[in-house]
Amino acid sequence: MMRISQLFILSSKGDHLIYKDYRGEAGSDVVNVFYEKVTALTGDQPPVVMSHRDLHFVHVRQGGLYWVATTTEDSSPFAIIEFLNRLSALVRDYCGSLSEKAVQMNFALIYELLDEVLDYGYIQTTSSDVLKNFIQTEAVSSRPFSLFDLSNVGLFGAETQQSKVAPSSAATRPIQSSRDQGGKSEIFVDVIERMSVVIGSNGVLLKADIEGEIRVKCYMPSCSEVRMGLNEELSVGRSQLRGYGAAVRLHECSFHQAVQLHEFHSHRILRLCPSQGEQTVMQYQLSDDLPSAPPFRLFPTIERDSAGRLLMYMKLRCDLPPKSAAVSVSASIPVPRGSVSLSQELSSPDQNAELILQNRAVVWRIPRFSGGTQLSALFKVEVPGLSSASLLEVGPVGLSFELPKLTATGLQVRFLRLSPVQPGPAQRWVRYLTHSDSYIIRV
Amino acid sequence: MPYLGGKEAVRELRRALSNPNIQSDPLRYRNVVLKVIRAMSQGVDVSELFSEMVKACATVDVVQKKLVYVFLCCYAHLNPELSLLVVNTLRKDCLDPNPMVRSLALRSMTNLRLPSLVEYVEQPLTAGLRDRAACVRRVAVLGWAKLHSLQPGSEIDASVVNELYSLLRDPDPVVMVNCLRALEEILKEEGGVVINKPITHHLLNRLKECDIWGQSEVLRVLQRYRPQSEDELFDILSLLDSSLVSPHPPIMAATLSLFLSLCSSLPAVSQAALERVRGPLLAACGSGSREMRFAALCHIQLLLRSIPGLLGEHYKRFFCSYAEPAFIKRRKMQVLVELVNDENVVMILDELKGYCTDVNDDTAQAAISAIGRIGRSYSDKSLEILTGLLGLKQDQITSAVVQTIRDLVWVCPQCSDTVSSALEGCEEVLQDCQGKQALLWLLGMYGERVSSAPYTLEVYIDGVRSETSLEMKMELLTSTMRLFLCRPAETQDMLGRLLHYCIEEEGDMCVRGQALLYYRLLHCGIEETRNVLQGQRSDPSMGVLIGRPAEPISQWVSSFNTLEPLKYCSVETEPASRGSPEHLASVLKPNTDLPDNLDCGQLQMVHSGSDSAGDRLNCSAGLMSPGAEPCVTLSLSPAVSPEEFERLWMQRHALHSGQEPADEDDNCLWTEETIRCTAVPHCSPQNLHAAMQLVNIQTIAFSPSHSLPWKVFLYTHTLRADTSSSTLILGELLYTGEAHQQCSADREVEVEVKEQMDATADGEKEIKVTLLQQPRDVSTLRAFLSVLTTVIHTLSSEMA
Repeated sequence: MMRISQLFILSSKGDHLIYKDYRGEAGSDVVNVFYEKVTALTGDQPPVVMSHRDLHFVHVRQGGLYWVATTTEDSSPFAIIEFLNRLSALVRDYCGSLSEKAVQMNFALIYELLDEVLDYGYIQTTSSDVLKNFIQTEAVSSRPFSLFDLSNVGLFGAETQQSKVAPSSAATRPIQSSRDQGGKSEIFVDVIERMSVVIGSNGVLLKADIEGEIRVKCYMPSCSEVRMGLNEELSVGRSQLRGYGAAVRLHECSFHQAVQLHEFHSHRILRLCPSQGEQTVMQYQLSDDLPSAPPFRLFPTIERDSAGRLLMYMKLRCDLPPKSAAVSVSASIPVPRGSVSLSQELSSPDQNAELILQNRAVVWRIPRFSGGTQLSALFKVEVPGLSSASLLEVGPVGLSFELPKLTATGLQVRFLRLSPVQPGPAQRWVRYLTHSDSYIIRV
Repeated sequence: MPYLGGKEAVRELRRALSNPNIQSDPLRYRNVVLKVIRAMSQGVDVSELFSEMVKACATVDVVQKKLVYVFLCCYAHLNPELSLLVVNTLRKDCLDPNPMVRSLALRSMTNLRLPSLVEYVEQPLTAGLRDRAACVRRVAVLGWAKLHSLQPGSEIDASVVNELYSLLRDPDPVVMVNCLRALEEILKEEGGVVINKPITHHLLNRLKECDIWGQSEVLRVLQRYRPQSEDELFDILSLLDSSLVSPHPPIMAATLSLFLSLCSSLPAVSQAALERVRGPLLAACGSGSREMRFAALCHIQLLLRSIPGLLGEHYKRFFCSYAEPAFIKRRKMQVLVELVNDENVVMILDELKGYCTDVNDDTAQAAISAIGRIGRSYSDKSLEILTGLLGLKQDQITSAVVQTIRDLVWVCPQCSDTVSSALEGCEEVLQDCQGKQALLWLLGMYGERVSSAPYTLEVYIDGVRSETSLEMKMELLTSTMRLFLCRPAETQDMLGRLLHYCIEEEGDMCVRGQALLYYRLLHCGIEETRNVLQGQRSDPSMGVLIGRPAEPISQWVSSFNTLEPLKYCSVETEPASRGSPEHLASVLKPNTDLPDNLDCGQLQMVHSGSDSAGDRLNCSAGLMSPGAEPCVTLSLSPAVSPEEFERLWMQRHALHSGQEPADEDDNCLWTEETIRCTAVPHCSPQNLHAAMQLVNIQTIAFSPSHSLPWKVFLYTHTLRADTSSSTLILGELLYTGEAHQQCSADREVEVEVKEQMDATADGEKEIKVTLLQQPRDVSTLRAFLSVLTTVIHTLSSEMA
């Protein structure tokens, strides 16, 4: 039987934010023991499970905080880690955001949550539908007043084009405020994909995995059924032959247990009654395959100039469709040990590059990169005593980026219907995002 | 700030709490209570406010009630008398029409953890079990478990236990699961809740109603159930099949655990379950939560111990991602090393090569040693990368590479040529002690092929005065001695200087003693010295990795889905990352390195027995009295891990080969035997392993075929049918290639059986068998020996 003896939340600096003892088996001094242990670890020691006498600490990091449970050795690590993650998601749902400040301001609410979620160290429920009947405390929103919120109100209150786009902060509010404060009834469907790609030095795609999920964040007071249609031409599994058209292929997919799949096999329609707050409705994977060309290619030239400096000429091409663009692109180029300074020539003023000595890398940032275009940059790195062997230290380039309004698999939500039709105006938002889990181009 | 003026703040709060104006305004009253709780969670001692807070609990405001209860549960043990006051309020709340208030009161009452309150709590708890609201029943059920832990000695009323059993049929799934939990705790002494057929089937039928937490609890409890028939077993398995591929890792892991425990006697089904779980496990490895990734990786390492080929084609999933923390990268590399096969070796090495220049030194080192491990099976490709890395001329990389090369050469002596040409110039780059030590060892061993070796050593010898590390000096001494043996002309002078320094000026006794030993050894003559110093160039026992046999699932199943796999830093013990490999090896087998002439003429007790033609087993009459053999069966479980094996072996070995006479009451048997056969050492490790497994003998480590000396370590358990007593037997097979083999130091061996063979006329080989039995049982040992002999003869006849 899995039981949690104590549960506590610490800030990254070790401040005690929340402490709850469920079984009275150990004193509260273990909080300090934990913090001393976790900060004393060396780089390669795995921190997730640590023990102190008979106590075993399991912790996760979420929102910059330590979420720690003490338990017995025979507990399932999967269950405890999943539970701690779920707990942090609940706190995020109830407080609107996850940060040290949010936890501090809402400690009464969190104690209330902890009281209902666990009893005597045994998990009772983590469903926000059940919990909403028990949680009485109002969330205190830690979001400061922002001019950005005003910018969404059109001139003289008129509907503008802008209001068709949900502000990015729209989904970071407490779920319970919708009940009393007359908050809008809204539903957000996010299709989020993570790419991990390795491209060889000869440009060959060595590895390409996409892990995706559909997340629903629901702010609707009354539970109503949602029907969500995905691409009709969607094939699941490896065995199926590739059709002609632009069918979307997934190798594996799994669904939240509340999702009804009667219409999935025939019409690719998911039906579910979402609970308040955020939940992952579907998870899917596509491995060793990309439906289209990889979004970025790099053509590097690396040499040593006559003055003994390291010259890196980088040509980066974005192979997205012309109408799309990547944002927050950043390329990290490892440079030899002993690099001292950097001078660069970039093709536009909004880009920048710097040498980060701590990471031994040149980081080249491109705020926006349109599809079908190409950027180039010349980096000159001063490395005292550069030898030709040191050129080999210019290691694989890591790219991080976000591709808004785009899914790498091509998965789309065709429609999103609520039934019964909501009494008030219910807003439905569908957002797509692909980001890089790990995008590595060898040079 | 409560932090600063703790006392002042508490006084302030007390004033506010007892202010009638505030008490009459619910909102202000609640806010003051809130402040108290905030101070409490920030670590201020607010226990003085107990009596005020007790008053604050009599309110209709549920939020305030909850806050006060948080406070009371925290401080009740400091004020048991005052807590009695709360009980009345709580008991009143237990009758509240609002089920939420009832459950809150019941929970708080049991959370006060005061033994003095037990008598007041029992009645509401009994009523709570029959409450119409499920949320109250949930609390009441666990309340009984809390009550039981408050008075551990006392018996819980049998009627309560019965009621809890009947609540397993409660319509609410959480109540059902809580009943399981409560019964587990209450009936702990009796082995927990009874899992019989009706309960099992009831639980299985309602499994799908539970949420993921409930499901994983139920699955875990069911591990205790033993189906009565095969049909029932397969019914259960097919019912659980969908849980096996659940997208929720807790359910997947709990189901797999259950599958493995139910099918412990059906290896094919277990294997199929492991294959089925591959998809969800891989998905967990790519989970967004890095802690979940880590847990999944650690469990994959367990699975790979039994089915090495399980994930071979999915190796790319274990490529490290750019931003992952070092501890995950390290695990992924460990998995990658396990997954290497002919098809993917190039890709994996290419990927690992990229990590070698990682900015994080731990990651870089782990990558380099991972390449070294792959080098044991694919030495050319690995060495090419490793020698390439030397070209970078970076101290840390070079140090890691030299150490890795040393460990690799120790296992794969065939790559020494490549290595010796790559070593030139390393000494200029190396900074740290461990790297230098590794270089010195390599120069000592392969100095005749490295042209600059004497000059390199000379630099170190000239600097020996300023050298602080003891290990460095010892290594320098040995290496110089070894180099002197193969290149005397160039080395003589510097060796003289080094010995002179170490004997005359060195302060450390270890170094001085070592130098004196070498000095006297040189007096004995060059041949003696050669015999002592030029022993093994390669690991006589072989690493654990090469040909590591697939472990039976039972070996790790008990730690599956527990915290244990996440705790150990590495599953396989990293060999010889510190110090010379031969030192480690000689720790394991102290005898093998010593040549015969150092043996001080110590001869062992020799029992001459007749060479029984039947089984060709040489045995002493005393030990192996011919007679009716007892009926003995061998079994592999419980499994013995390599570390465990080594510990047991070393412990006994030290006892028997050391000075101490073995004590009489020590219930162990240590014996050496000789088996003669024609061709065993030339059969492949896989064949040998498979053959041994057939008769339930587990081989734990062995040398590759055709290497000398050739060694196998093995173990098994014996079980006697007549007395049902069992023993553990550990064993070592040794073939040195010489017809006459004498065992060295063994003065006070408790039972020593040694057969000196006069001739191995018909080309027969002698294999020395050293056995350790615990507890001693001569007749089962004899039975085991005859099984072993049969296996070896069968193998050798196949070879011949």
